[in-house]
Amino acid sequence: MSTRTLDPTRPTIVPGAQRTLRNRVTPGQTVRDSLAMARRGLIKVRRTPEQLFDVTLQPIIFTVMFTFLFGGAVAGDVASYLPIVIPGILVQTVITTSVVTGVQLREDMDKGVFDRFKSLPIARIAPLAGALLADVLRYLIATTITITMGLVMGWRPGGGFVGVALAGLLVVVCAWSISWIFAFFGVIARSASSVQGISFMVLFPLTFLSNAFVSVDTLPSWLQGFVNVNPVSHLVTAVRELAGSGTLTHEVGIALLGSAVIVAVFAPLAVRAYMRKA
Amino acid sequence: MSSTDRAVEAHGLVKTFGSHRAVDGVDLSVRTGSVYGVLGPNGAGKTTTIRMLATLLRPDAGSATIFGHDVGREPFVVRQLIGVTGQYASVDETLSATENLQLFCRLNGLHGAAARRRSNDLLEEFDLTEAATRPLKNFSGGMRRRLDLAASLIAQPPLLFLDEPTTGLDPRTRAQMWATIRRLVATGSTVLLTTQYLEEADQLADRIAVIDHGRVVAEGTGDELKASVGAQSLQLTLVDADDVTAASRTVEQVLGTSPVASPEARRLTVPVDDATRVTDVLTALRAAAIDLAGLSLDKPTLDEVFLALTGSPTDTDVTGTDDAGDVPAGDVPAAGSRTETRIETRTKTHPETRSDTMEVSA
Repeated sequence: MSTRTLDPTRPTIVPGAQRTLRNRVTPGQTVRDSLAMARRGLIKVRRTPEQLFDVTLQPIIFTVMFTFLFGGAVAGDVASYLPIVIPGILVQTVITTSVVTGVQLREDMDKGVFDRFKSLPIARIAPLAGALLADVLRYLIATTITITMGLVMGWRPGGGFVGVALAGLLVVVCAWSISWIFAFFGVIARSASSVQGISFMVLFPLTFLSNAFVSVDTLPSWLQGFVNVNPVSHLVTAVRELAGSGTLTHEVGIALLGSAVIVAVFAPLAVRAYMRKA
Repeated sequence: MSSTDRAVEAHGLVKTFGSHRAVDGVDLSVRTGSVYGVLGPNGAGKTTTIRMLATLLRPDAGSATIFGHDVGREPFVVRQLIGVTGQYASVDETLSATENLQLFCRLNGLHGAAARRRSNDLLEEFDLTEAATRPLKNFSGGMRRRLDLAASLIAQPPLLFLDEPTTGLDPRTRAQMWATIRRLVATGSTVLLTTQYLEEADQLADRIAVIDHGRVVAEGTGDELKASVGAQSLQLTLVDADDVTAASRTVEQVLGTSPVASPEARRLTVPVDDATRVTDVLTALRAAAIDLAGLSLDKPTLDEVFLALTGSPTDTDVTGTDDAGDVPAGDVPAAGSRTETRIETRTKTHPETRSDTMEVSA
């Protein structure tokens, strides 16, 4: 690509007929475009740090609230509830955070700059993938604060630093995958508030009807059926095992497989809807 | 004619929104290296047409090619050939000017030092260096437009779509934008611009399509469009106001049409179909011993063309069409803000300010 400066005294524009042109995007360009868009997302976060209120405050409030609210009832006392509830809250909080991805995407898409993105020869998925990649920062913050809160309250995970770090990473990866669902809602919805509405209707059953806060065998059998197939349950179990004892089990595989399926289904849906939306 | 000397070729473009046919069979043909003006009032279908040509909107019917590449089948190729500057600046409000340009550099395949150099060059070129790191929300409308245009030029596209590039700009900023557009064309760009300002189309465009209710109602050079309306008009300024009645009678005898007199200004105005008849008028006036202070033969203005073609003054977003002010035609229409914008619908302009006026001193 030419990097000559515009010189008004002589013609510098290469005529359209003399240009070498491609009609498809290479995988390398897709990655570069997505990273450029992610960079934009990070600059936006730096400009409007108040966007990070939810990922800093929510983990603190949820961790304290749920631990003291259910600790005595579910596990007898707060200390013995921590190993159960901290992985649960970690998963729930980070996934809840991913709803904002869809809401912000909706607000963003209403701006004129998205017209320019569409008129550029870039990978079609880049504006979406970039926004979602930038949100990984939010998941990392939420993960760190939840784990820190747990440690402050007396949680002593047996998996050690490596186990906890791997557990956190797994949660971030899964939350990013799930955010494609909300990105899809963000693209098809008319307004940001409706994105929030639909997303929470999906989110609440998914996170609460799981083993995140209570033991599955306390539930009625019909509910156990759902809870046991809920991918969030598998993620919570995987996190408990990783953080609690540092063991990698098939639950990790199930969680990652579920995430891959979600991306495979919702990423193309979201991109197609995004392209249709004029 | 080969397809390569045509930057844009569109046939029968149609776009319907619900029951409203926003674009209703538009044909366009834009020669490479020219400035093409699409002129029409708000809601005429200008923006929708551009969005279809720029692959932002899929046409419901018809076809369009950019340098021979079909917008529907080869959208990715088309996007490598075009730059689009929207009606409302399409830059990121939360980013600074530098950050915006560097983002679009990266998306155009320029990275690292090359991206920084190109952004700095463009900031300098568009006189934005001082404001480069300031948040965009403090930018004036003119600065935003300039940044928007700069962002469209990163890849040096051979075809630029400018959708109402000067709407809402003050006259000075508008003149700067015109100069920028002329400079771009000098570097070899083809420009397709839309405008509601007749003066702007007349000043900038080699060819003009007049569009109304989603259809092209006329197409040609500014001169051709004016000629299509027919008569030129002759203005006579008398030395002595007392001669007005006698002069009117003489002119009517020669041309068969009675002139409109404005005694205060000692001026007579009369349409003439054949410019050579002016000689007969002058001869007859000398024979009648009527002295002239001056005369001019004016082509009709684009305003008159527009009225004649669409049958009505531009019916939307126009304020004060009836009391259109006495702005010399060489100036840009007054437009401090959107609500003040208007399309001149005077039937006559000052002869001395028109470049295409033939002026003879008697």
